[in-house]
Amino acid sequence: MRALLPPTFKDKRLARVAEKALSGERLTAEDGLALFETEDVLSLGLLADAVAEEKNRNLAYFNVNIHINPTNVCVGTCRFCAYRKSPGEPGAFELTVDQILSTLENALKKEPSITEVHIVGGLHPDWSYRRFLDIVRVVKEAFPKLYIKAYTAEEIKHIAQVGGKKVEETVEDLIEAGLDAVPGGGGEIFSEGVRRRLCPDKISGEEYLEIHKLVHRMGLKSNATMLFGHIETYTDRVEHLLKLREAQDETGGFQAFIPLTFHPWNTSLKVPPATAIDELKTVAVSRLILDNFPHIKAYWVLLGEKVAQLALRFGADDIDGTVTQESITRATGSRFGESLPKSRLLRLIREAGKVPVERDTLYNIIRIHKPLLEL
Amino acid sequence: MSGFPDAGLPLERLCEDFSLLKVFEKLLQGHRLTLEDGLKLLETNDILTLGLLADHANREKNGKVVYFIRNRHINLTNICVGTCKFCAFRKKPGEAGAFALTVDRVLEKLSASPPFTEVHMVSALHPEWNYRHYIEFAKEVKRNFPHATLQAFTAEEVEHLCRISGKKAEEVIAELIEAGVDSLPGGGAEILSEELRKKLCPDKLSAQRYLEIHKIAHRFGMKTNASILYGHIETHADRVKHLLALRELQDETGGFQAFISFAYHPLNTELGGNFTTGFDDLKMLATARLMLDNFQHIRTFWITLGEKLAQVSLHYGVNDFDGTVVEESITRSAGAGGGSAMSVERLVELITESGKTPVERDTFYNILRVYNESTVTADL
Repeated sequence: MRALLPPTFKDKRLARVAEKALSGERLTAEDGLALFETEDVLSLGLLADAVAEEKNRNLAYFNVNIHINPTNVCVGTCRFCAYRKSPGEPGAFELTVDQILSTLENALKKEPSITEVHIVGGLHPDWSYRRFLDIVRVVKEAFPKLYIKAYTAEEIKHIAQVGGKKVEETVEDLIEAGLDAVPGGGGEIFSEGVRRRLCPDKISGEEYLEIHKLVHRMGLKSNATMLFGHIETYTDRVEHLLKLREAQDETGGFQAFIPLTFHPWNTSLKVPPATAIDELKTVAVSRLILDNFPHIKAYWVLLGEKVAQLALRFGADDIDGTVTQESITRATGSRFGESLPKSRLLRLIREAGKVPVERDTLYNIIRIHKPLLEL
Repeated sequence: MSGFPDAGLPLERLCEDFSLLKVFEKLLQGHRLTLEDGLKLLETNDILTLGLLADHANREKNGKVVYFIRNRHINLTNICVGTCKFCAFRKKPGEAGAFALTVDRVLEKLSASPPFTEVHMVSALHPEWNYRHYIEFAKEVKRNFPHATLQAFTAEEVEHLCRISGKKAEEVIAELIEAGVDSLPGGGAEILSEELRKKLCPDKLSAQRYLEIHKIAHRFGMKTNASILYGHIETHADRVKHLLALRELQDETGGFQAFISFAYHPLNTELGGNFTTGFDDLKMLATARLMLDNFQHIRTFWITLGEKLAQVSLHYGVNDFDGTVVEESITRSAGAGGGSAMSVERLVELITESGKTPVERDTFYNILRVYNESTVTADL
């Protein structure tokens, strides 16, 4: 009978790591490399799926959310970005607080079950400390039931600088204004050499981690990200994941890890687009290395809905949300639609054999939807 | 079944759907899969185990090789008397967007094309073109591009040629061969169920006739492909029956080279509905690989799947990535995103990265070039 089983784990290096992972042992940098370098993609998937199921059973989370990008005017110089504009450049925009409110109002009329607004944008050179804070305050006042997940670590640093304040004070003020959680953006790749070439003016990997740890200590949860598929190596990716694991050991404040695929169109980095195999491997390796992260998110806006659905079997347990209005990744040529209706999210999750769970920002369960078999 | 021989892994923790392993066991013992087995494959959620089975079946047949071809699609016209409800390509004469190429324009387009070894010519049933005109396209393409093979005219187009000329299919096919047609493409199969065809495409050739025309072509020594259009109103059982009908004919003639699955695209069609999901696409291909034990090749058409899923499908029993295509408008008019051309470099890169060996082929799967890692790097 055994001999009749399909040839799983033909890659012996992968098999050794699999045994470690299944017995709950922590993976090392070398293990991470073995995972990335395997050609046995489906066995890798099986392993990550089994580990994910131990953490999150057969649940797959999603939320009903809206993205607000208040401005694309940015002093940043990140080479992987196609979203940024200089002040006055054609296509540059900045939303007023009133525009943000009416966008939210309209979105809620169409989809009353929205529970989260995700606010990230450019580092506008002329906006005051107050203006950044006002966005949070006014949204919270107008929509007290919505969770506000706003401002990446990079933006928090920028806001602090603009206000001449310490990061700690800034986070305090943001929380007072109504901030509920901090998004994971700005992680990029921690490795200094790559970071210097990609985004020399951005906060360092160390600073990114420090800001998140600070946010955690002040009682908020946050997410973490990694931008992959540009000029980094597998070693850089593994190192990035290990640093996140270390920070998480310290604070436990990260909720989800989100691997972000680099899309090269309209950027100055001339590299071929990442492939689905690479994306699925990255999701799986993240799940296996980040043993202390409760959730791995398959962000369909970047993966496309088909690969995102598959990722639910490669270790991801969250497919993000309906994402109305996202414009940052679409500027780099991500051609996937700007929003997925809830019905489509449910179908994707159900077909993957998982139970769809509608969640809020903090992974509180709002509703467990029926799995396929009960329909 | 309590462990994994080499690694000692507890497989039962990893594999979720054990009914798949039973199906696989059947295959290993040399039994053919039945309708019931096919349904188990299409209905599983254990997409990883399914992939491992299909990949294993594929490796037994084709090793690590994944083929691609430098092909040039050309659609002669979109003006069509057809009424297929899943189609977004068809136009009426004079309707906005209707086009009909002249022979000269076709030759011009081909001359301006990136290098190709195959011309893939499929079109619509133009109400005013006569038999001679269709034959002329084939003749002129062959005369001007003798180095390339010509894969042209689906079974439905062959049937249309019979209808407008009053000739028998045998005669039409003999004349097509004489004109330079080397192979028939697989299009027009849709779903091989007379009942569903009444709803989907009542004026199209019957399922029976589709198979008959391919059989005739095979008797003339021609190689052809077979296809399925899935993801519309058909059930899983319809899909499996479709595969079984193809397998039966293949037993008889052995004339099919590749099986190709087309994901239904709903935009701008009368039928409407939803796009397929990635799980659906991969299950279709893996099931085809496992059921069609007498087909050598399973082909992914990246235009309908997208390059990402097409790449993943190389782990789901697929050993053929189609090709450069260059220009395609049939699927794209129904909402397929992405471009319609792919460079050889990208094809090689996608195949290599999936852990397979890229091999350039001609229409008949003769090997033209094997790419290895060093040439990949050089090409990039």
